[in-house]
This record gives sequence, structure tokens and C-alpha cells, in this order.
Amino acid sequence: MTHWIVAPIVLPAMMAAIIVLIAREHLALQRVLSMAATVALALIAAGLAWHAADGTIAVYLLGDWQAPFGIVLVADRLSTTFVLLTAVLAVIVLLYAIGSGWDGRGRHFHALFQFQLMGIAGAFLTGDAFNLFVFFEVLLIASYGLMLHSGGTERYRAGVQYVVYNLLGSTLFLFALGTIYAETGTLNMAHLAQRVAEIGSEATGGLRVAAVLLLLVFAVKAAILPLHFWLPGAYAHAPAPVAALFAVMTKIGAYGIIRVYTLVFPPDLAVTQGLFDTWLLPGALLTLALGMIGVLGSRGLDRLVAFAVIGSMGMLMASISVFTEKGISAALYYAIHSTLATAALFLLVDVVRDRRKGPSARLTAAPPIEGGALIAGMFFAAAIAMTGLPPLSGFLGKLLILDAAAQTPALAWVWAVILGSSLVAVVGFARAGSTVFWKSHEVAADQARVTDPEEEQGAHEAADPPARPPVLPLVAIGALLALLVAVTVLAGPITRYLGATTAQLFAPQPYISAVLEKAGKEIADPHGAGHAEGEAAEAPVEDHTGGVAQDNEGGSH
Amino acid sequence: MSLFLIVALPFLGALLPGLMIQAGRRICGMATLAVTLTALVGLLSHLPAVARGEVVQARLPWLPDLGLNANFFLDGLGMMFACLILGIGALIIIYARYYLERSDNMGEFFTYLLLFQGAMVGIVLCDNILMLLIFWELTSLASFLLIGYWKHLPEGRQGARMALAVTGMGGLAMIGGMLLLGQIVGSYDLTAILENREAIQASPMYLPALILILLGCFTKSAQFPFHFWLPHAMAAPTPVSAYLHSATMVKAGIFLMARMWPVLSGTEAWFAIVTTAGLITMVLGALIAIFKNDLKALLAFSTVSHLGLITMLLGTGTPYGAMAAVFHIINHATFKAALFMSAGIIDHEAHTRHIPALGGLRKLMPITFVFATIASLSMAGIPFFNGFLSKEMMLEEAAHTTLFDTPWLAPVLATIGALLSAAYSFRYISHVFLGPVRDDYPHKPHDPGFGMWGPPAFLTVLVVVIGVAPFLAEPAVRLVTSAVLGNAGELPGGHLAIWHGVTPALKMSGIAVLGGLLILLAWHPLSRAWEATPRPEAKTIFDGVIRGSAGAAGWLTQRLHDGSLTRYALIFMVAVVALGAHAWFTGTATAPNRELIPLEPLPAAGWLLLVTAAVFLVFIHRNRLLALVMMGVIGLMVSIAFNYLSAPDLALTQISVEVVTIILMLLALNFLPNTTPVESGWPRRIRDGIVALAGGIAAAGLTYTILVQNPVMEPISGYHLENAYKGGGGHNVVNVILVDIRGFDTFGEIIVLGIAALIIYALTEALLRGPVRARLIKRRPDQPRSGDAHPLMMVVVTRVMLPVMLMVGLYIFLRGHNEPGGGFIAGLVVAIAVVVQYMASGFAWADERIRYPYHGIIGSGVFVAGLTGIGAWFAGAPFLTSAFGYFRIPPMEEFELATAMAFDLGVFLAVVGAVMLSLHSFSRIARLADMPVNEHAMDIDPSREMPQSHPSEGRTEGGT
Repeated sequence: MTHWIVAPIVLPAMMAAIIVLIAREHLALQRVLSMAATVALALIAAGLAWHAADGTIAVYLLGDWQAPFGIVLVADRLSTTFVLLTAVLAVIVLLYAIGSGWDGRGRHFHALFQFQLMGIAGAFLTGDAFNLFVFFEVLLIASYGLMLHSGGTERYRAGVQYVVYNLLGSTLFLFALGTIYAETGTLNMAHLAQRVAEIGSEATGGLRVAAVLLLLVFAVKAAILPLHFWLPGAYAHAPAPVAALFAVMTKIGAYGIIRVYTLVFPPDLAVTQGLFDTWLLPGALLTLALGMIGVLGSRGLDRLVAFAVIGSMGMLMASISVFTEKGISAALYYAIHSTLATAALFLLVDVVRDRRKGPSARLTAAPPIEGGALIAGMFFAAAIAMTGLPPLSGFLGKLLILDAAAQTPALAWVWAVILGSSLVAVVGFARAGSTVFWKSHEVAADQARVTDPEEEQGAHEAADPPARPPVLPLVAIGALLALLVAVTVLAGPITRYLGATTAQLFAPQPYISAVLEKAGKEIADPHGAGHAEGEAAEAPVEDHTGGVAQDNEGGSH
Repeated sequence: MSLFLIVALPFLGALLPGLMIQAGRRICGMATLAVTLTALVGLLSHLPAVARGEVVQARLPWLPDLGLNANFFLDGLGMMFACLILGIGALIIIYARYYLERSDNMGEFFTYLLLFQGAMVGIVLCDNILMLLIFWELTSLASFLLIGYWKHLPEGRQGARMALAVTGMGGLAMIGGMLLLGQIVGSYDLTAILENREAIQASPMYLPALILILLGCFTKSAQFPFHFWLPHAMAAPTPVSAYLHSATMVKAGIFLMARMWPVLSGTEAWFAIVTTAGLITMVLGALIAIFKNDLKALLAFSTVSHLGLITMLLGTGTPYGAMAAVFHIINHATFKAALFMSAGIIDHEAHTRHIPALGGLRKLMPITFVFATIASLSMAGIPFFNGFLSKEMMLEEAAHTTLFDTPWLAPVLATIGALLSAAYSFRYISHVFLGPVRDDYPHKPHDPGFGMWGPPAFLTVLVVVIGVAPFLAEPAVRLVTSAVLGNAGELPGGHLAIWHGVTPALKMSGIAVLGGLLILLAWHPLSRAWEATPRPEAKTIFDGVIRGSAGAAGWLTQRLHDGSLTRYALIFMVAVVALGAHAWFTGTATAPNRELIPLEPLPAAGWLLLVTAAVFLVFIHRNRLLALVMMGVIGLMVSIAFNYLSAPDLALTQISVEVVTIILMLLALNFLPNTTPVESGWPRRIRDGIVALAGGIAAAGLTYTILVQNPVMEPISGYHLENAYKGGGGHNVVNVILVDIRGFDTFGEIIVLGIAALIIYALTEALLRGPVRARLIKRRPDQPRSGDAHPLMMVVVTRVMLPVMLMVGLYIFLRGHNEPGGGFIAGLVVAIAVVVQYMASGFAWADERIRYPYHGIIGSGVFVAGLTGIGAWFAGAPFLTSAFGYFRIPPMEEFELATAMAFDLGVFLAVVGAVMLSLHSFSRIARLADMPVNEHAMDIDPSREMPQSHPSEGRTEGGT
């Protein structure tokens, strides 16, 4: 029996508890513990992905209760891929948080960070819809804390909106789950898949509502129009490492849609006829367009990147809503790419914000920043990736998506919006980058002209820099860019793997049997070994439970 | 040398200049040159094979699923372009080494230049159109960096962005076109595509693909109406202009048209679009060039014009046209690069490129004069220079071209183009070099060192050699032309020669030269007339479009995301209700089939109370205290309803949660205004009300439909009822579900609770460090405070109650597994017991007496729960697998011990810790604010009045 599947959830949770217990006043100790746990998480995730690579679907019965009655974790290609992505991103982001000192600017950063990882890993691994809700709650509440980390008026304002909007989403999630349970009597996803497929074309109304509500929950998470309003403010104002980690949070919505709508509500069922195809694709395209328009229209670098996230989610969803193996495989590649690219951009924005003295992330000219050439180069690379220009993975992702959309009837629309919005994004990023990184030289030249005659001597004194900015943040960003390059160079094997992943999704029967046929604990007479055989256990059950457990809420409170 | 290496060398080499610059500018330049020369030598090593007509190939799968592979092939066309790119590249590097000032970062410059070079070589050697797209966009990016190289100049930045936007747009269009082409053929390999002429031209996708690809070519090669970006790209350093914007990058579009010629050309659409665009560009570019006063602008527009010429030749779709195009590509590259370099020399030496400020340089810069004149004459199309030969061929071809059923249109336009071209060439010679020597140059010019004039002089030699002895170039031209034609056309007969007899072309040529001279003579009046004519300024329009769209985008974004949470929620609600309703009404529904229980008076009264409270809450929600009371009522009714519906566990949980939350909210209310301000007018409130009602009705409707129907499928809860005792060892099914069957959910939920408390704490800490601290200290209560905040009676009673409440908590905890209760409820009860102490005796007093840090309690709760789960691993069972057994210690009854109890203990601790930490955080705020802080438990304490009572330690820190 392997316990590794549950490790990505238990390890961060226990580490967070330990940090709160013993290290809450010692930043250095927190850093060591947190980093150790995150690296271990990455290794475990790699091991799980390795294990799942050959198509194995590993199932873990929590409490050894047989599915669908207990909770199951499922490690297949899809879930392990995303856990690995999260863990790798987390290591880099944590490196940045430590290097930039963000973690010390408020309380409990590391504990919340670990809880956040626990929530994300759980959301990816679980095979139970209600448990998914629980992990959504864990990751959301941890994200509230991380988003508000270190405070500040602007951040509080954005944070309140983030919290309230996501509470709406959580409420909707409960409605969806309640309806699903009422209609099907189960919440285990594999079991749901079985039961939903059995429901004929009569009495589909309730289940259809449930399916749509669930999709909307994921759409909120994935920031699909018109449910994206929480994102720009939250991502722009979140502490940079948090925003970078959030790059994977939007992907959870995408993951949810992919998982649930390949497994439980595939489009070829009677129940799901005409449910998603009519509006998911237009919604995705609008999201893409609006995101990139936002890139062009933003007045701050942070907001610009936030809108780029929206645009990239639109792109991702456009590919998903094509709903072919090719489309979802392309979407997965794009998800990996855009996670890394947005994370790199958020961290870069923070470096710029940090080093520019006056204007923060606003798009105005300011004197050049220290190490400007290197940072500008990194920004250039990350922007290329984000806007989908060659040679980085964004371009490959875009090609894959365009290619996947070639079979749809809406080909012209999809292509036009994708290519058009790319152009808008290119112009937006070029304007921003040129203002921040190039125009600063003009400012410097002007200043030199103004101050030159008298400041000749002062220049020598000023040459003594106050303190070199830390290197670690740039190392972290460099690591993200290196990963982007790796994703580009290894595009062949990666897409092949993702193709296999999608094939696994489109043939869900092994998943369903793996979950439902795994034997749980044997339920014997509770008084079996140490107790008299003759005493009947059944009788008191009838007596006591009669009045106690009539609620069908399945463990919610 | 492998083709991979040839393409990769410049990219790998791009790492060198940045490093080598540390060793000095000379080393840096030499290293860069070495890279280019190595690639050139490698390329030439394939020359014999290519000359034999072989095609050199190199293939490497990259993304085979998509059809994107790093495939390269080298034929005559690729060879010619690669030689141009690397050969002129080498010359440019030498030139730039001397051109760049000390203040320019040479390492950066050469890095970009090599990146560009690699991309360009990639384009011309590529055998995969997706790969080609990558190189294509890379050249745009490299050009962006190079145009913006002088970052402090606004023209540079704007020109760079304009070039990127225009060529980027074309590149994106081309992505679409190439993908369509690939879809038609079923392969993205160029060699495969080139063999499918019929299939492609017969496809309905042909026209869209053609238009999209041509968009890419036209933007890149600055064809009308996309010609405007090229002159603005001249803000780049001159080596860049010479290299990218005359010799190589702008020829990429031409290259692609030539490459695709066998499959795309020959149709009506191709002919109409390409020839027309070419002709218009040729005439328009030449016309503008004549009146430009900036040397580089003049050359830029002349480049536009000549690219139009080549485009026009490719557009005719005849093999002869293709051959003329090929020949002119070579010729143009030689004389135009030389001219650009000469312009750069003049700029470098005279510190100006403004033509009216120049003149008379013939004597001051004799060397420059010689080769600039030769190159100009070649550009003008004077015999014995190579430009003449290809221009003759162009005129010949134009004479046989019938455009739009008008036989004279193409020849006349071509002649006008040639005429204008001659005019600006003559002007270049006359206005810059001839005339009297002036004494007001910004800088006294003289010929530069060999490093700068050597490269253009070398090119000028080529100009003359080809011009005098065209047969030397003929094999190369034929080889390349046959590569262009592929199997779509026969190589034309005849030879390249200076004299073909008195042909129409020669006459047209004569007219052109004479006309050019006439224009030069009449230049000044013509120029004044030109200046007086109003004409659209492309840059103004482009800037306007960009600024306008950025403004519109900003406006739209700002309007949509104005931060109004109400509107966000409104849109959320509308979307959810609309899509939910859509799903419902497109589905099918069964009639209600569940038997309803009869309505009895008592529950009806409770229901009425619940509804009334909810409705009332809507109306009085601005009064926050009253709203809280109403919420209390609602919560209580819900608890009672749970109990009535046979869910005592839920009822217990609900009621203790109610108590705790209401108390915490009351505490929070201390720091908030008593009323919520009115923020919106009536129309908006009515709108919001309607949406809210819709949401409520939708939720109620959904619930109703669920309640009146029997489940479509049997719920799995039967299993839980049946097996809770057998498998979990508890009679209380809810508790067994919570701590065992779905203990993992509970594990998550206690973590949620713990996180919430940690966040409240962290928020408080952050708040108290910020500006809020000052506000709190200055805060005065807006209502009179009670004189006796901690009354004696209450203090006494709560202290008496404390052990009792703790006992109840323990009891509830212990009975949980079999009777209603459990760790969660017990935690709440114990928390309430402590909260009551806080309320009765005051924050300070109670805080001082808490020995255990709340963080630790939360942490240990999660830790204990997790550890319980992990314990199962040692028994070889999955996380959270419970074990239980029955024990009997003699004097007592038999009792049960279950691991689930340890888990429940974790739950208990986490709940207690979470509630207490939240309370503690509020108390921290309270202590900063002007709240009476008590040093004693009771405000009025008779025992304190006695003299012997020892003085207390005084007020705690932060108190007033």
C-alpha cells in the first residue's frame, strides 16, 4: 500500500501546523522548514507523476472506506501533472519570497503558504466532488490570507472584493453539489460518472442545472467572462510571490472543467445536450479579447499582467471548449506554459516596482533601475512568452490551439480572435516595456543634461551604492524562464505525454473501475475479536441511529 | 557543415558579444565577425552540391504531433539569400565596429544583430512553414530591439513599436495563412507543399490563405499600404538600416513570395493583388523619396520603391518575371547596402544627414563620393552598372503585362517608377556631393578609415563587375530562378546581357533617365509644390490609431473594472440565474412525486418567524446592531429546524456556531459605524432588488423542485447508516461520518477554521502597524460607555459557570461517538466558556490568565488530527483509517476506545484555538482603541477598597 498519494496533502498540512506550533516567531526557521517541505513536495510530486506516466491510475481510499462511500484520492496523469506543476512553481516562488523578504512583511506567511499548497494539491488529487469543495475552501481561505499578506489600504480594498466574490463562488459550489447529490445520490466523481450516464432523457432538468452551476463555479475560478471581475484587482495588488503562485490557481478552474466535463458530464450524454457548446466558446473568446484589451488599456504594469492572465485563461478555455482530444491536450500544454509565464511576469513586475523609487508599477517614465538591462531582457523574454510570440512556448501553445480549432465550425472566429488579440497584446506589452525600460534612458539623459555642470563631483560620491539588491529574486525569475525554455525545447515529448493524458481522460472507464473496484476495509462485526460473539451488534444500530442521522448532507456542516 | 549548425551558429554566437565586450571593442567585433564568417564558410561548403542542383537537407523532429519540425533544406534560392544575409552581414559587422560610438553598448548591439542574422538564415533555410513562422517573428523581434537600440531617442522607441506592430500583425496573419495551407496539404513541410500546386489552388481555402500569407509578406517587405513603417525604422543606427531594412529583413517577404511562387502564383488573385501592390509601391515610394531631405529617409523610400518593383515582377507569374526578380534582388542588395553605408559615413563624419545642409562633399570625401556615385547610378539604372540590367528586364516584363485589361497601364507605371527612381538617384549624387564646398557643416567631413569605407567599396566593386560582365552572374541567377520556379514553370531562354537591341524596354529606360534628369533640374520648384500639397502622414495616422485604441481599451477596461463590487455581484447573479434557467428550461422535468409531510402549526410558526426575520433584515440592514439581532433569530430558527427534522448534531453545531459568531461580530461592531451609509439612489436599488429577487427565486425554485421529488437514484447514505457502527465503531452516524468515513473533509475544514484565525491575527498585526493604529488611538467612542462595564454579578456568575461549562464541553466531546456531540461542538462550547470570561472580566484581565498561546492550540489541533491519520500508516492502512476496540477496567462499565477520538481531539483543539485567536485579535484592537481597559476583573470591587489589598501591576501596555 503506497501512501505517497496523500503525501502532497498531508506533508504541507503537517508542516504548516509545525510552523505555527514551534516556529511562528522565528523567520529563519520558518524559511528552512517551509523550503524543505516544498522541495520534498516537488520530489514527491515528481515521483507520483513518474508512477502515473505509464497510465497507472492509483487510487487511495481515505480511512480505507470503500468508494463511493468514503473519500478517494486519484493519481492519474492529469492530476499528477498539475500537482507537479504546482510544486515546482511553489519552490521557485518560495525562493523569491525568501529572497525578496516578502515573507517577513507580515505574519504567518509560510504557514499560509503551506496550507495553500495543501489545498491546491488536494483539489487536484481528490476524486470526490464534496472533498473538492473542501479543498477549494482550504485553498481559497489560505489565498485570502496570502493576498492580504502585509496589508496596505489598496490591498485591503482589493482583498475584500476578492474574498466576497469568492464567497459567492463557494455558495454557488454548495448549491451545485446539493443539487447533484439530490439528483444522483452520490458525490464520488467516478460513481457520478456511472450514474449520470444512466440517467435517461427524462427528468434531466435538475441535473442540467447542477452541471451548469458547477461549470460556473469553475468558470469563476478560471476567470471566464463575465465571472472574472475578482481577478484584476486581486492579482494586481497581491504580494508578488502570491500573485505568482496564484498563476496556478486559475488553472484549478480549468482543471475542474476538464476533469468534470470529461468524466461526469461529457458532451455526448442526453443530459448535457446543448449545455456548454453554445456559450462556453463565445465566453472564452470574449475573455481572451477582453484580457488582451486590458493589457493594452492598463496604466500599471501589475494590472497589465493581471489582464494578461485573463487573456491567457480565455485562450485556454477556447481550446478546452473545442472539446476534442487535440483541443484539451493543447489546453494542457498552454496551461503549463501560461502558469510559468505569468508567474515570471508577476515576479518581474515586483522587481521593477521594488527598484523604481517613485512610480511603483505605474506606466510612466522613471530613472533607470539598477540592473535594468538584465531585468529588461527578462521582461522581454517573459512578454514574448506571454503574448505567444516565437520562439518560446507561448507560440507553440498558440499553434497547438489554432491547429486544434481547425476542425471546429467556428474556425474563423477562433482564429480571428486569437490572432487579433495576440496583436493587441503585443502592442500593449511593447508600449509598456518601452515606457518602463527604454524611456527611462531618456529620463536619465535629461537628468544628466540638467544636472551635469554642477554635479560632476557629486557623481563620485553617489557612485557608492546604498546596498546591492538581492540576487535571489532574479535567480527565481531566471529559473522560471529556464523552465519556459525547457517547455519549449521539450515540446515534443511534453505534448506526447499530454496527448496520452488526454487520451486517458477521453476513455474514462479505467478511471471509474479503478475507483469503484478498489476494495476498502472489511467491515466485520465490531465486537468480533475481543468480544463475545453472541452479542448482536445490529440491534443498537437500529435503535440509536433512527433518530440521529436523517440528514442526507453527506458530512457537511 | 550541417544546416542545423549554420542556423544555430548565429544564435549561439549571440552569447559571445556580450561576454567579449569585456575584453574590448576590437575583440568583440572580431568575435562577432568570426561567428558570421564561420557560418558563411559552412554555407559555402554546400555550394558545389547546390550548384549541381542537389538539395541539402537536415531534419529533426520537434513537435511531430503538430507537424512542427526543425527541418531545413538548402537549394539555389536559399543559397542566394543565405549568402546575402551572411555576406552582407559580415561587411556590416566590420562597418558597425567603426560606426558605433564609445558610448554605445557594442556587446548589446552585436548580440541583437546576431540574433537577427540567425533568424534570417532560419527563414531562408527552413523546410517547415511553422518553423518558418518562428524565425519570421523572431526577425520582427530582433528588428524591434535594433530599431529601439538608442533607447533615449523617442523616434527610436516609436519606430521600433511601429515596426513591431505592423510586421507583427503581418506575422500573425501569416500564422493563419500557413496553418490553412498546412490544413489543405496535410503537411507543414515546405517541400511537400511545393508539390501540391493543384490541390492548393483548387481548395476553397486558397484565397483566404493567399491573402493572409500576402499580408505577412507585404507588411514585412513594406508594400503599399504597409510601407509606412520602414522609413520610421530608420531611427536605428545606420548599420541596422543597411542590413535589416534594405538588404535582408525587408526581403524576407520577397523571399517568401518567391519560395511560395510555384504554388501560389499564376492565379488571377495572385496576379491582381501582388502586381498591383508592387506597382503602386514602386511609384509611390519613388515619388516620396525624391522629396525627402533626410538621406536615410530618401534611401528608405527608395528601398520601398525597389521592393515594390521586385514584388511586381513576382506578381506577373511568368518565369521571366521571376528571373528578373531574382536578379534584381541581388543587384538591389549590393547597391542599396553600399548606399546606406555611404549615408552612414556622411552622417558619421558631417554629423548630419540633412541633405540641404550638405553638398560639395565630392572634394572633401573623394572615396565616399566615388562609390556612392557608382551605387547611385546603378540605382538609377545607368548602363554598365548592375541596376541597369535588372531594370531593363523589369521594363521588358512590364511591357508584356496587361493589368486590369489595360495594356498600357503596367508599362506606363513601370516607366514612371523608373523615372522617379532615376530622379532621386541623381539627386543623391548632385545634392550631396556636387556643388560648392560649404563652410557650415556641423562637423568638417573627411573620408573615414578603411574599416568604414571598405565594406561599401567592396559592394561597389560587385556592382560594377556584374554590370559590365553579367555573364558572370548568369549561372547563379539561373540556378536561383530554377529553384524559385520549382516544377511550375520552364526556365526562360536568353542570356543576361547589356545589349538586347533597341527594345521597348530600352526606350522606356531612356525616357526614364531623361525624365529623371529633368526632375532634378526642376527639383526646387517641384519640392515647394510637393510641400504645399496636403497628404496623409502615415505616422500621425498610425499613432492616432494606436493611441485611440489604447485609450478606448483603457476606457473600456476602466469602465468594466471600476471596482464596484455591487456591479460585479450583479453580473455574477444575472449570469448564474440566466444560465441556470436556460439549463432548466431546455431540460425535462418530472411531476412532483414525493409525498409531502403535513404542515403543523408549530413548525409553521417557526417558518413564519424565519421568513419575517429575513424580510425584516432586508429593510433594517443599515442598522447593524439590529441586523445582527435578526441574524441571530434566523440562525436560531435554523437550529430549531434542524432539530425538528431529526438532526440534533447539526442543531447543536448550528447553535453553538451562532453563539460564537454573533459574539465575535458584536465585538467587531465595536469598531464599526452603527449604520451602513446609503450609497446608491433608488433606480439602482430597484435594479439591484430585482436581481436579488431573481436570485432568491431561482434558489428557492431549485430547492423546491428537489424537495418535491424522490431522488432519481438511491442515495449512498444508506451505506453510512448501515456501516457506521460496524465499520466505525460509533452509533452516532453523523459523528462517524465526520471523524471517520469523511474524516478527511473534516481535516480540511478544521484547517480552514485554523487558517481563518491565523489570517485574522495576521490582519490585525498588519493593521496595527499601519495608519489604522493612529486612528484607533485617536478614536473616541461615539456613544456613552457603560460606567460599569464589568459588573460584579456577571463576573462572579461566569466564574462559577466556567468549570460547569468546561465539564459540559468534556461531556459533549466524550459522548460524541455514540450520541449527539463531538469534538467540533465541544470545541465551540469550551470556546464559549472562555469567551464569556472575556466578556465578563475584560480583555486584559482574561488575556493575562491565558497560559497557552492560541497559535499553538490551532497548530497542535491540526497536528494531532494529522498525526492520528498518519498513525494508520504504521498499521499498514491508509491515512485516517480508524481502529477501535472495547475495553473494560474492572470497576467501570465496558467502554470503547477509538482512534477517531484522537482525531476528534484535534478537531476540538483547532476549534478552540481558532475561536480564541480571533477573540484575542479583536481584543488587541480594542486595547489600542480608547476602550476602558480594566486592570481588575470587576469595575466595582468591594475588596479593592480595603487598604491591605496590594496594588496591581498597573495598566497593560497600549492602554490609555
